[in-house]
Amino acid sequence: MSSRWLAGKVAAALVTFAFVLVFNFFLFRVMGDPTTQLARLPRATPQEIEKLRANYGLDKPITGQFVDYAGDTLRFDLGTSQRTRRSVWTEIKDALPWTLLLVGTGTLLATLIGAWLGVIAATRRGKPADDGLLGFSLFTYAAPEYWIGIILILVFAVWLPVFPAGQQMTPGEDFSSWFAQAADVAEHLVLPASAMTLMLLGQYFLIMRSSMVDVLTEDFITVKRAIGLPWDRVVRQHAVPNALLPLVTLSAIQFGAVVGGAITIETIFSWPGLGELSFDAINDKDFPVLQGTFLIFSAGVIVANLLADCLYFVLDPRVQAT
Amino acid sequence: MTERGVRDLLLGTWRGRIGLGVLGLFVLIGVFGSALAPDNPDASSLDILAKPSTDHWLGTSEQGSDVFSQLLVGARVSIVVGFAAAAISTVLGASVGLIGGYFGGWTDRGLDALENWFLVIPTLPLMIVLARLLDPSLGVLIAVIGLTSWAGTGRIVRAQVMTLRERAFVERARALGASDWYIIRTHVLPNTLPLIFANTVLIVAVAILSEAALAFLGLGDPTRISWGTMLENAFSSGAPSAGAWWYVIPPGLCITLLVLSVSILGYLFEEYVNPRLREQHA
Repeated sequence: MSSRWLAGKVAAALVTFAFVLVFNFFLFRVMGDPTTQLARLPRATPQEIEKLRANYGLDKPITGQFVDYAGDTLRFDLGTSQRTRRSVWTEIKDALPWTLLLVGTGTLLATLIGAWLGVIAATRRGKPADDGLLGFSLFTYAAPEYWIGIILILVFAVWLPVFPAGQQMTPGEDFSSWFAQAADVAEHLVLPASAMTLMLLGQYFLIMRSSMVDVLTEDFITVKRAIGLPWDRVVRQHAVPNALLPLVTLSAIQFGAVVGGAITIETIFSWPGLGELSFDAINDKDFPVLQGTFLIFSAGVIVANLLADCLYFVLDPRVQAT
Repeated sequence: MTERGVRDLLLGTWRGRIGLGVLGLFVLIGVFGSALAPDNPDASSLDILAKPSTDHWLGTSEQGSDVFSQLLVGARVSIVVGFAAAAISTVLGASVGLIGGYFGGWTDRGLDALENWFLVIPTLPLMIVLARLLDPSLGVLIAVIGLTSWAGTGRIVRAQVMTLRERAFVERARALGASDWYIIRTHVLPNTLPLIFANTVLIVAVAILSEAALAFLGLGDPTRISWGTMLENAFSSGAPSAGAWWYVIPPGLCITLLVLSVSILGYLFEEYVNPRLREQHA
């Protein structure tokens, strides 16, 4: 039963990925005709341009070009960066771990703090603490995350120089041990991860609060209270575990989308992840890199959705029964 | 949504008054900003990144131009892009939701797949790719944001239309021989409109944030000052490390306040349309 359910989900994800491939191909082929990039060569003769087109396989019919593209992509051949002349896949492979570290830390912190604040607000509905937290979450939702990042730099790197304002580790430093290097990276991670956490916190807090408010009005909570369990224990042992489910699924689903949202934060902090890679590609009109990162961002959403489904399956016994 | 109900909502609650007041102020600045600006916002001078003074209330930029004047002029782009993109997104989302929800069958399945598709594609990267491929201008920004943010509206409208379709007054109209178009226009659309409106207001907030993010990434209209381009210029010229708070904080604060006022109004309408929410937010 469960393996069939999983197989269905994986198949659906693969179909979506196939659509992503088609979309990504046509988006860049149709809207950004590669010959306009070839026109970067100022004195290229028509014959030379023809030869270049043949080199890139652009003289083939469009279906043939798509088959080539899909085949190359499945072999992780995403073309060559026009800026660095390195393979796009190598660029992505180098950047991905940094993005995962940043987004992972931010998501984890936002989920934990959001859950904690959500419980506080839901158990004090209508009190000043609840109002204050609602106002705070609305503010962080409305504030651009890169602006929050700039303010963090202004306060914690310029006025009170306690944390580094950019990059992932001290450049040129010869680290004595693995541990010293990790500590240096952690220090550089503080500000970008804080910006990431603040970007996600408002939404996660609101989900936890409303799910907690729902759970607290359910009959089993009333029963637990009626049999004389102390309120703290009812909240901790019975309400919170049930209220966590929507938050955990949401943060898993969001994980993929947040990877794309990391573009601005990585740019602010010169964090060498996929976001900064995309930003450089935007500025240099480096279309192969932009196409590659867009593919990875889309794939990230699909994978995150799949993982969230699996997580839901594990956490909610009701899904397994169906 | 009666006229009276809306008036009570906007003027009778403190959230409505604050939201409307702040939004109204920004709209006025958007209309009259260039006339109110004490200086030419593009004029450069040798007075680079100067602190706020009586000459320059919010100091100067990396070009030596007056930050306060740029701030006043920049309101227009945010507001125009926000409302125009939200209008496109609403028309698209409402049409897709209405048609899919009302006709059902393969039409619905096709449109639903399209919606799912747009919900899977990460929005900001898609906007970036489109804006880069098309070379940014005000029109391109509006189109790109409008075309990428309608799927959520479509989803909500579709669900509402599907319940309306089964209601007695729609079935009665159909039994009396009314055409589909007539039923949509006189029965379905009017009952969906409040929901569409509440959703539009929330999309305005999303569109304003999207324009600012694109401008910050260098994909804004290069001929116009917006709060996003101000932040881009401030950041790329090293204003944060120079401690130039007067250049960095005001544009972001304006974006935040504008988005906040629009969101407050949006939530207010949403609660009005969907009373079940009133319980949770109160």
